[in-house]
Amino acid sequence: MGSFIIRRLGLSLVLLFIISIISFFIVTLTPGSPYPWGELNPKISAEVKANFRKKFHLDRPLHEQYALTMRDLFTGNLRSIKDDRPVMLRIMERLPATLALNVTSILISLSFGTLLGVAAARYAGSWQEITGSFVTFIFIALPGFWISYLLAIVLVTTFGVPILGTQSYGIDFPNPAAEWLDRLWHLLIPATVLALGGIAAQSRYLRATMIGTMREDYIRTARSKGLREEVVLYKHALRNSIRPIISGIGMLLPALISGAVIVENIFAYPGMGRLGYEAVLERDYPTLVALNFVVAALVLLGNLISDILSAAVDPRVRLE
Amino acid sequence: MRSLITLLTGSEKNRPASRFLRRFLSNPFALPAVVMILLFVLIAVGTALLSSFGHQWPCDANLTNLEQKLLPPSSLHWLGTDNLGRDVLSRMLHGAYISLTVGVVAVSVSLGIGVLVGAISGYFGGLTDQILMRSVDALLCFPTFFLILTVVAILGPSLINIVVIIGLVSWTGTARLVRAEFLTLREAEYVKGARVLGQQSWKIIMHHILPNAAAPILVTAVLGIPDAILSEAGLSFLGFGVQPPQATWGNIIADGKTYLLYAWWLNLFPGLAILIASLSFYLAGDALREAAEGRD
Repeated sequence: MGSFIIRRLGLSLVLLFIISIISFFIVTLTPGSPYPWGELNPKISAEVKANFRKKFHLDRPLHEQYALTMRDLFTGNLRSIKDDRPVMLRIMERLPATLALNVTSILISLSFGTLLGVAAARYAGSWQEITGSFVTFIFIALPGFWISYLLAIVLVTTFGVPILGTQSYGIDFPNPAAEWLDRLWHLLIPATVLALGGIAAQSRYLRATMIGTMREDYIRTARSKGLREEVVLYKHALRNSIRPIISGIGMLLPALISGAVIVENIFAYPGMGRLGYEAVLERDYPTLVALNFVVAALVLLGNLISDILSAAVDPRVRLE
Repeated sequence: MRSLITLLTGSEKNRPASRFLRRFLSNPFALPAVVMILLFVLIAVGTALLSSFGHQWPCDANLTNLEQKLLPPSSLHWLGTDNLGRDVLSRMLHGAYISLTVGVVAVSVSLGIGVLVGAISGYFGGLTDQILMRSVDALLCFPTFFLILTVVAILGPSLINIVVIIGLVSWTGTARLVRAEFLTLREAEYVKGARVLGQQSWKIIMHHILPNAAAPILVTAVLGIPDAILSEAGLSFLGFGVQPPQATWGNIIADGKTYLLYAWWLNLFPGLAILIASLSFYLAGDALREAAEGRD
């Protein structure tokens, strides 16, 4: 197990290096200008331009820019062009909200995806299962912004509940519990929208592996012992399919954060996706580089954890 | 169903093509999905052809008429009008053309890169394979849509930029798949035979391996089209897609969001169009995948 973890860590460091290169150069090499003013604006003096170039290392050759940007990123000195605050600080402010949203969303994906996937494997081929699989395809094909708006219309006009932000404003909560429920409600709606694709992916993936598992001899043995079908499904068959579920978490993350750019924007949710959209609007190069890097690094960390977890529950993984 | 298969493959014998088609059509969603895709292509190409001849049906997509703004669906404007009095149906027909273009061109770009990288990686192996695949692993960590948004925003949004960037960012899945196919196929008897006969590498790749990996590549291509369509719709919605006044499905929804509570038709119809178009491709792709895997 120890050597497996060391090997995985080494590989992750290599990947982190490639990620840093991609996130820096994909922003820097794209034609376009990082200046917050028009390039030919006559009102900006040469001195101001020179200072700006010096401050953001734009007067150096590209490879030095890369090294300096990464140094600044890791020492926390990389500053946003927009408000001159450290980029890492801006990202850290958004991290709790983003984590809350993504963790909730993953929990929803995993629980509903597992239930649907097991049911689909159990009733494979029946018309209920075919209808169910049609619905999961709808979940994948739904444009996130569209379903967010439909949900917003339905919830706001028919129930009259506020859904924007992380909590309702201008309301005196009778007790702390009501306030937490309010926060939970504001979290659940965007998390559910984000989870739709994950539910579909998880259930289809699980269905495929479960159908394979259900043909195994030990399942027949469990059935012939007279165990209830639920016990056979959830205790015997699902346990052998647990690996795809764990590695599924790592695969869900990038899609979640992609979706968050749109969904957080609609629900005015102060997470990293919204920060990314704001940075795009402001052409804030340092924030864009840092955000792409941090998000990819988080995904890498998620993959590392899910690999180690997989190895812990299934020793065969360590030898691969 | 049998006559349809006979018609398409030319014989009722148990040839691979007709077996493949029979397996494909045994999926209950396959035929409806293919019909919807054909309809979608017909609408997109038909609209493009008509407007290139100067015909606008039902009317000009960019014709504004402020006296008729925000009208609900009626016999005159089947799907209503938007805030500038433009006919939503006409705009959606033009949106179909944009979506189809984005889907097909972006997938062609990503397929080209993906097949090339996967083939080189899988056929030659060794250090080349290591470098390419670690880069693919690193690229897979990035949230695709945010990466596309970043580059499009810096480069400036236009149809050509959008399709190229979607293609440039989304080839990783294809590369992995093609590499896996090549790893298996390069050990096949006929490939070894060709190598013993002294055939050049690129000829072996082009004539012996690639044709046998065609089915899974076709599946990723079909499944890539709706991904590209959804990405473009999302970009349009955020204001970084194909720019107004050009009508796209995402643009119509974005323009209509201000009037959301009373002009529901600006949201519902384009959204349904995106949903149905991408759903058809996903269902057809899934049916193709099952047929390619040889499940009856």
